[in-house]
Parts: sequence; structure tokens; C-alpha cells
Amino acid sequence: MLHIKNLKAGVDGKEILKGINLEVKPGEVHAIMGPNGSGKSTLSAVLAGNGRFTVTDGEATFNGKNLLEMAPEDRAREGLFLSFQYPVEIPGVSMVNFMKTAVNEHRKYQGLEPMSAGDFLKMLRDKKQVVEIDDRLTSRSVNEGFSGGEKKKNEIFQMAMLEPKLSILDETDSGLDIDALRIVANGVNKLKNANNATIVITHYQRLLDYIVPDVVHILYNGLIVKTGGKELALELEAKGYDWIKEAVKV
Amino acid sequence: MSESIDSNTMKYKLINLYQQNRASILEGLPENMNRYRDAAIRDFDRMGIPEKGEEKYKYTDLMWAFGKTYGYAFKAHTINVDSSTLFQCAVPDLDTHTLILENGWFYERNNEHAALPKEIVACSIREASVTHAELFAKHYNQQAQEHPESVSVFNTAFAQDGMFLYIPDGFVMGKPIQIINLLRGNNPLLVNQRNLIVAGKNSQAKVIVCDHTLSHQNFLSNTVTEVFVDEQAVFDYYNIQNQHNQSSQVASLYIYQKKGSNTLTNTLTLHGGFVRNNVFVKLAEEHAEAHVYGLSLIDGKQHVDNYTFIDHAVPNCLSNEMYKNILDDDATGAFNGRILVRKDAQKTRAYQSNKNICLTPTARFFTKPQLEIYADDVKCSHGATVGQINEEAQFYLQSRGIGGREARMMLMYAFAYEVIRNIRVPVLVERYGELVERRLRGELSRCEGCFVHCN
Amino acid sequence: MSDQDTILNDVTQSEYKYGFVSAIESETIPKGLNEGVIRLISAKKNEPDWMLEFRLTAYRNWLKMKMPEWAHLKIPEINYQDIIYYAAPKQQAKYESLDQVDPELLETFNKLGIPLDEQKMLSGVAVDAVMDSVSVKTTFRDTLAEKGIIFCSFSEAVQEHPDLVREYMGSVVPPTDNYFAALNSAVFSDGSFCYIPKGVRCPMELSTYFRINAANTGQFERTLLVADDDSYVSYLEGCTAPMRDENQLHAAIVEIVAKTNAQVKYSTVQNWYPGDKNGKGGIYNFVTKRGLCQGKGSKISWSQVETGSAITWKYPSTILLGDNSVSEFYSVAVTNHHQQADTGTKMIHIGKNTKSTIVSKGISAGQSNNSYRGLVKISKRAEGARNFSQCDSLLLGDKCGAHTFPYIECENNSAILEHEATTSKIGEDQIFYCNQRGISTEDAIGMIVNGYAKQVLNTLPMEFAVEAQKLLQISLEGSVG
Repeated sequence: MLHIKNLKAGVDGKEILKGINLEVKPGEVHAIMGPNGSGKSTLSAVLAGNGRFTVTDGEATFNGKNLLEMAPEDRAREGLFLSFQYPVEIPGVSMVNFMKTAVNEHRKYQGLEPMSAGDFLKMLRDKKQVVEIDDRLTSRSVNEGFSGGEKKKNEIFQMAMLEPKLSILDETDSGLDIDALRIVANGVNKLKNANNATIVITHYQRLLDYIVPDVVHILYNGLIVKTGGKELALELEAKGYDWIKEAVKV
Repeated sequence: MSESIDSNTMKYKLINLYQQNRASILEGLPENMNRYRDAAIRDFDRMGIPEKGEEKYKYTDLMWAFGKTYGYAFKAHTINVDSSTLFQCAVPDLDTHTLILENGWFYERNNEHAALPKEIVACSIREASVTHAELFAKHYNQQAQEHPESVSVFNTAFAQDGMFLYIPDGFVMGKPIQIINLLRGNNPLLVNQRNLIVAGKNSQAKVIVCDHTLSHQNFLSNTVTEVFVDEQAVFDYYNIQNQHNQSSQVASLYIYQKKGSNTLTNTLTLHGGFVRNNVFVKLAEEHAEAHVYGLSLIDGKQHVDNYTFIDHAVPNCLSNEMYKNILDDDATGAFNGRILVRKDAQKTRAYQSNKNICLTPTARFFTKPQLEIYADDVKCSHGATVGQINEEAQFYLQSRGIGGREARMMLMYAFAYEVIRNIRVPVLVERYGELVERRLRGELSRCEGCFVHCN
Repeated sequence: MSDQDTILNDVTQSEYKYGFVSAIESETIPKGLNEGVIRLISAKKNEPDWMLEFRLTAYRNWLKMKMPEWAHLKIPEINYQDIIYYAAPKQQAKYESLDQVDPELLETFNKLGIPLDEQKMLSGVAVDAVMDSVSVKTTFRDTLAEKGIIFCSFSEAVQEHPDLVREYMGSVVPPTDNYFAALNSAVFSDGSFCYIPKGVRCPMELSTYFRINAANTGQFERTLLVADDDSYVSYLEGCTAPMRDENQLHAAIVEIVAKTNAQVKYSTVQNWYPGDKNGKGGIYNFVTKRGLCQGKGSKISWSQVETGSAITWKYPSTILLGDNSVSEFYSVAVTNHHQQADTGTKMIHIGKNTKSTIVSKGISAGQSNNSYRGLVKISKRAEGARNFSQCDSLLLGDKCGAHTFPYIECENNSAILEHEATTSKIGEDQIFYCNQRGISTEDAIGMIVNGYAKQVLNTLPMEFAVEAQKLLQISLEGSVG
């Protein structure tokens, strides 16, 4: 589904990703862990097409198409979804209008007719259940005045609405209390099936108790320095990141 | 007359025009309107046409508007068509009592179908100066006199007609009153329209003023509107400015608020080559509230300058001001918002916000908020920003599959919506929204609704 | 005892602490202003012809100019013929050693907290002490000279470093810049000159202390500070004057040039005599301060604590010419009794990716008026410029005024400008909270005001931050009743 080969990228001339290799297949859950500043969020931003970062080398294909050549919206329409670490507030743009536009743009891309207002509202209702999101939230402007937990729930709600093939959850657990974390993780698990895949980017092992990964990667200093099964996350939790830093030095 | 005429020469030409036509101007009008004229022309002589760079006109050259050649009509022309057949409002399904003025003159035959409630007085200011002499004398030129602006005294000297509106005490209007000002003719024209609105105690009314041009000549409309809002009255004034891009408009609105009154003004500038809006609000008695909003969406070489002056003269009043501008192409814009909190005007709350987006490298914006505060127990703030569309927000929308152009459109609309959502006529919120969206998409031509389609 | 306690204990006297007059004989020239007077000043200073020419050109320009009227100030008419334009403590030559200095003069600076004896000085601060029209002593000159740093009086610089002076004087503030700049350029008497060579980090704070002593005089000094490539300097000026019933005029010029990657920090603690409670006397402080970020990546920071002067008209500004240059302006301005202040900054963005930050805190008490006036201009080629401005006003009492007049001019759409301003009175609940913990209202206000101004005070060099805090408190005494 997603092939990344020797991907190098940076910002303002400073290289952050120094040659990432990654392969994600349908049905898989990958976790990418790493200390602060290792390049985790850069990786998600580059995959989603944030123009702030420049790709200097390497390739990334998504379902056989060159991801790096696509506009951010086309990447989304192809089925790539990013749950932002810091979802931006957009005053004046209502959640309903925002989602309606997004859903219909996806449908147009797939050659489908726009959804009727009735069908759309029904879909909205159904999907709200997935993440136990409050009715109030969808009647407000996008993320405006949402609490940290509400913003993250809203991200997963959008994921439910857009039914992506690949979801990248960027530090979705940061700033969440245990209840919100459970709700968000349940939402992600409910949406999981054999045809889609998930990349969970996290600093802590905590989230991985709820969303169990098939593969765990450790990103350090712009490179994936270690890959293993879910037990790698536990090992990391026990030994801390210094262990990796030491290991890399040697 | 050359285009590069200087403001002093122009001033003397205009004073000369007054002196030569004084008899025609005064003709048929009572003393209570004429008595201000000679003093006004003397004030105009003293003040002149403000030069660009003077504090109140720091970023606006009035000579762009005043330095052209215009004709002047000292008599109402006989009209042979019902103006309402020439013009269809671009705001559909708006259920209003509609009044039409042409070139600043009020024609009885245009306004027979307005179907206003009998309690309301809506007539020409000429007529009111005679038929409602006492009310007229009490309010006419009282506020304009308090702020002797060059453009206002010029109007006071020349003004012969305009709209008079009286909402009696306790009367609550159901539908809004829509006043459509049309400019048309075969020659360039300078118009001094003068309006007076009196909202009685506990009355409620909403007025929508639409400014349009129906032919492509250079026009300069220099309008003064005085609004007196009595105790506990609620009054809304919406102004949609949509004149063609060679025309100039200077609109001065004066609002005087008595105890517990509540006003809302909203100026939406869609088209017009040169627009200068002056809004003066005097909160003269306690517990009055004023909401002052403005939005402009301009492109080409348009220039829009909004000047506001909120005078907190007494304690316990609230003012809330928000102006937004979106500038495209080579457009330039300016905002100058002055808030004065006078000594002892304790417990004042005054808020002001001015936000601007420049879409192109050649669009320019100048902003100058001013807070002058002489009382201590107050909450006042202002904020101003100039920037672009938020890239982060645009990326967020795109990452959800919304196209780049569409995302920008949504964000511009959202930016504008902050002003629109404050409109207190629900259907108008929607219609404004549509107008703005069409304007942003470039679908709204300036002569929308006009069958002449002159350009 | 904590710092806070020390400050509070110190605050017992509500009178202006620096208002004494020193019995120093001074040599003055007759009152009045004309070309003859300018030639006389120039001759007294033994100036080269080019300097005299500079003065005369400025004077002729000044004659054609009008006093600016746009400020939110009521300025009584100033009779420029009634001012003495040159006054110097007698025994005029520069002192070789401290023994030669008039003991009264030493005592004056001791009383001001500026001992000129290097052993007694605050370590790490070099001082140029200016009384009335002339510099009396510059300390630590030799230490600085070892690093190639020139720090001396302006008069000496004219004699000893004429090339540097000619190159930079008037390059940032041209003599025709404004009314008061033209006046200064014609009659300036002394001031400080400082040059930091390439790559040198100035090892100590440089400081100029200005003192007006003689009566009926005006003070017109100029400061010129040039920081060459990759250098760093932190500079501080302080000012005081005796209490007198008549107003005295102070019209100074400060010019700063920062070359590639140079950093200059310029701090001011302005405490000119503000006049008495009834608004009698005090200094008219009309000052033009401007820095030029000439080189790429250069940085100029302004910090000012303004508590003195009857009238202040002052806008320390920066021209951000070099790409990626940065400027900051941090200001606390306090007005009490009948003081008037119209102060702020100008940030002129010309280079690409230039950044400026403005933080202004105004505090008004008594019957005073305190205005912030600032310009942020983004010129056409200033691609990627950023500005953030924050102007807060705090009102103590219902007879004072607080005003904000920001001007924002944006001619490049890649710029992002933000301006925020708030005006509020001191929180009654905050005072009550302090009262309930046993703190008097006066002290509570001092604490709250210092907290309010902290963001700015923190930008001052350490040695002066404490001084500035005390000053704030003293200035506000008697403001609540």
C-alpha cells in the first residue's frame, strides 16, 4: 500500500529525515516511536504534503502512485488521512459545511454523485457514534474553542467520515486523559479492517496498549534504527530512549 | 478641467459654484434648512478639501474623487420611467418596504408602492422640512455640526434633497425598510444627498441602504445621513455599496444615541472605485450600545477607506467594532478607528478589531486604530492584523481532500463571515453570505440587476 | 530581605530624589540662538571646519522648519532665544586622574549613584558622565581600548576619530530629519561616541549618564554608536536633573549603526525632573533615537523605562535594512501628576525576512496623559516580514488619560502583522487580595505595576532592572488616595 524508499526531507535547508525506508501493507498497524526531535512529525507532514517541508531525495508511492507529486488534497482523496498533532482552529467554517465539502470532494474524485443532504446527515449521525462525539461539536466552527481531547476526537470523527485507506495518527495520545484515550483508541479499532492500514506515531507506549501494532519502528535522528514486533515497544518503555541512543552510537 | 487640478483650486471652483447657484439651492426650501448654508460654505472655505497625509486622510487622496469634472443638478429632473423597472435588487427574496431615490432626489411616483405602515413617515427631506418642521428643525444638522468635517459642511451647503424617515415612539417595524439609491445619467454628476432618520422612544426599525450606479459615467456621491435614536430604541442600518469602479462615494453617517438605545451599522463594500465611509457614533446617554461593522471585498484599483469615531461621552455604554477587508489585485484599503472615552465615562466597554487579508503582492493596506481614554474603570481593547490566508488552515482543509482553490474560498468566506453573522435580519445574513460568496468567486458584476448592462 | 522588600523599604520619600543642585561653577555663554552662537560653540570645542559647516547647514534648515504638532501633547510655546545653549562645569579640560576632578562634581555623581572612581564602580560598567554640555569623565577607557573599542565623549571623537564621525554622523538621523533633530545638529554640545570593531564582544556594559545642573540651559547631546560586523554591545543611558520651577529643554539625538550580524542593545532609564505635583517645572524631553540595521542578520533592541520629564516626545526607531535583521522595542512609560508622554517606536521593514517585536506598557496616574504612538511599515521589497505589537495601558485614577495611536502600513502581502492593545484599570480584586494578605494598597499597586511591567523590565541589564523597579514605584507615589 505504502512504499517509502530512502526518503530525505527537511525544512529551511536543514535535513530532518535522512533516508527513511518503510513498507505498509493493507490490514497492518505500524507504530513509529522515537524521542522528541527524531523526525516523527516531519514524516507525517511530508507524507500528507505539507509545503513547509522540502523532499530532497527518495520516493514514496501510495497504491502504486507517486505520492510526492500529488497535491495534498489528492493524497487525501486517494485515501491518505492524517490525524494532526495540533489540529488548527478555523473560525467561521462550520464543521458540517467542512465535512460535507470534504466528503463530496472525495466522491467526485471517485466519480460518484454528491451525497444528498439527508444521506449526509444520516452518515454524520452514524459516525458520531463511533467516537462518542458530542452533537455540540459538529454544530460549531472547525476545532474552534475545542478542548485538547475534543480536538483529537474530532480528528477520529473525520477519519470515520472519510473512510481512508491509510491513517496516520500523529501523537494522537498527547494531551489526552485516560478516558479520552480509550474513546479515541476504540474509534480507531472500530474503523480497522483488512483493507486499510494505520500508522501510529507516538512517543509513549501507552497508546499501544489500546491500539496493538503489528510492527514497531524506532525513529532516531531521521532514520529508522530498529524494527520489531510489539514487544519492541515494551522494551523501549522499560529501557528508555537512551538505550537506543547508545545502541546507535555503537 | 484637467485631472491634475489641486485641491485649493477645486475648493474655489466649488465655492464659486455655490455662490453662483445660491438662489436655486435655496429655492422652495424653508429657513430651517437654508440657515446653515452660508456658515457651512465658510467652514468649507476654511477647511478646504483635506490633503492626503492629514491625520484623518493619511492614506486617502480625496482629490481622486473631487478632482474630476462633474455636472451638478440644482433641480430634480422630470423622470419618465418608474425606476423600479430599471433596477432589480441583487438580493433576492428580501421582503422589504422598498423606496428608491434617483441621483439623490426623492420622487413620489417611485415610492407609491412601498406599502409602509401608516404610522411611518417616509418622504423627501424637502417635504419633511415643511410638513414636519418642528421635528426637522430639532434634528437637522445637529450632529453634522458637532463634527465639522469638510465633506459634511460641503454637503450642508449644497444639500437639497434626500430621504426623511420617522419611526414614532413605541412603533416596531415588522419588515426592514430598503432604500435604494440609484445614480444614472448621460453626464458625470456630483450629488449631495442628505438623509435624516429619527427613531422614536422604544421604537424598532431596520434600514437597508443599497447604493448602485446604472450608467457608466463618473459619479461622486457625497452623502450625509444623520440618525437620531431615542431612548430604548433599537435601530439597524445596513449599507450595501455596489457602485461601478469609476465612481466615487463619500458617505458620512452620524448616529446619536439616547439612553438604553441599541444600534447596529454594517457597511458592505462590494464595488466602487473610491469609497470613503465616515461613521460617527455618539453614545450620549447611559446604557447605550453600538455595534459597528464593516466588510469590503475589493480588487482592481479600488480604494476603500473606513473612518470611524465612537464617542463614549457617558458611563456604562458598550461599543463593539469590527472591520474586515479582503484586497485583491492592486486594491488599497485603509482603516482609521478612533475610540474616545471621555472623562467620567466609567464602566465603558469598547472593543475594536480590524483584520485584513492582502491576496496579491500589489494589494496594500494601512490601518490606524486610535484609543483615547480619559476614564479609568474601563475595558477597552483593539486589535489589528494584516496578513494572508492562513496557510496552516489551508493545508488542513486540503488534507481532507478539499481542493486548493476551494479551500481558499472557504477560508475567505469564513473570514468575512465573522462580520456577516452579526447581522440581525436572519434572511439578510443568508443573502449577504451569498453576495459575498459570489463577489469572492468573481461572479457578481457591479451592474448586477441592471438591465442596461452598460459595461 | 528579598529584593521586593528592599524596594518597598526604600520607598519612603515621595519627592524626586535627584532634584538637588550642585554648587559647581559653570561657564556659560549668553542666552539666545543665532549663527554667532553656533560659531562660538564650535570654536569653544575647537572643531574642524566640516563640523561647523554641518552645524550651520542644520541651523539654516531648522529656521525653515515648524515645530511638529501631531503629537497628543500640549506644549507651551518655547522661546528659543531664552535658552543658554552651552554650559560647562569650569575647569573644563578632561581629567587625567580623579584627583584633578572638582570634589563637588565627584560628589554629585556619587549622590546620583554613579561613582566615577573605577574601584568603587559597579564592576562591568563603563561610564561616560556628561554634565550640562560636556563630558566630564569616561571610565574604563583603557580596558576597552585593549579590545580596540573606542568609547569616549563625542567632542574627543571629533578630534581623535574624525573619519569615523564624518562617516556615520547624520547617516541615520539626517540633520533635516525633524525640527528637534535639526536643532540638535546645530547646537549639540557633547555626548558619547562608541565604536565596536569587527568580531568584538564588548566585555562590559557601556553607559552614559546625563545630568543637567546649570539653570536656564538646554541640553543637546548626541550619541553615536557603531557596531561593526559580528560585534556585540549593550549600552545604557540614564538621565536626571535638579528640581527647578522653570522648564528646561532637552533635545538629543542617538544614532546606531549595526553591521552584518552585529547586535546592539540600547537601554534607557529616563528620569529627568518631571515637574512638581502641580505641573510646575520639569524637563521637555524631545529626543530622536534611531538605529539602522544595516547589515544582514543584525539586531537592535531598545529597552526604555520612562518615568521622568514634564513632556516626552520620543520614538526610538529601527530601520531594518539588512535581510534577516531583527529589532525589538520594549517600553514602560509612567506618567503621574501633570506629566505628558507621547512615545513609541517606528519599525521600518525594508530587508527580506525582517522581524520586529513591540511591547509597550503605559501607566498613567494623576492628571497625566500617556500616549503610545507607533509605526510599523512594511515596504514593497520586505518579503516575509513579521511584526508583533502589543500595547497595554494601565490607568490609576480617573483624571488621567491613556491613548494608543498605532499606524500600520503594509505594502507587501507576504508580511504578517499583528497588533493588540488593551486598556484597563488596576484590578480591585487584585488589590483586595493583597490587602487581605496584609499588604497596603500603595505597596500592592507597586507590586501589581511591577508585575505588569515585568516583561519589559526583564529586558534591562541586571544592574539597572532593580533601579528601574524602584523608580516605577517612586514615580507612582501619591497616585492613589
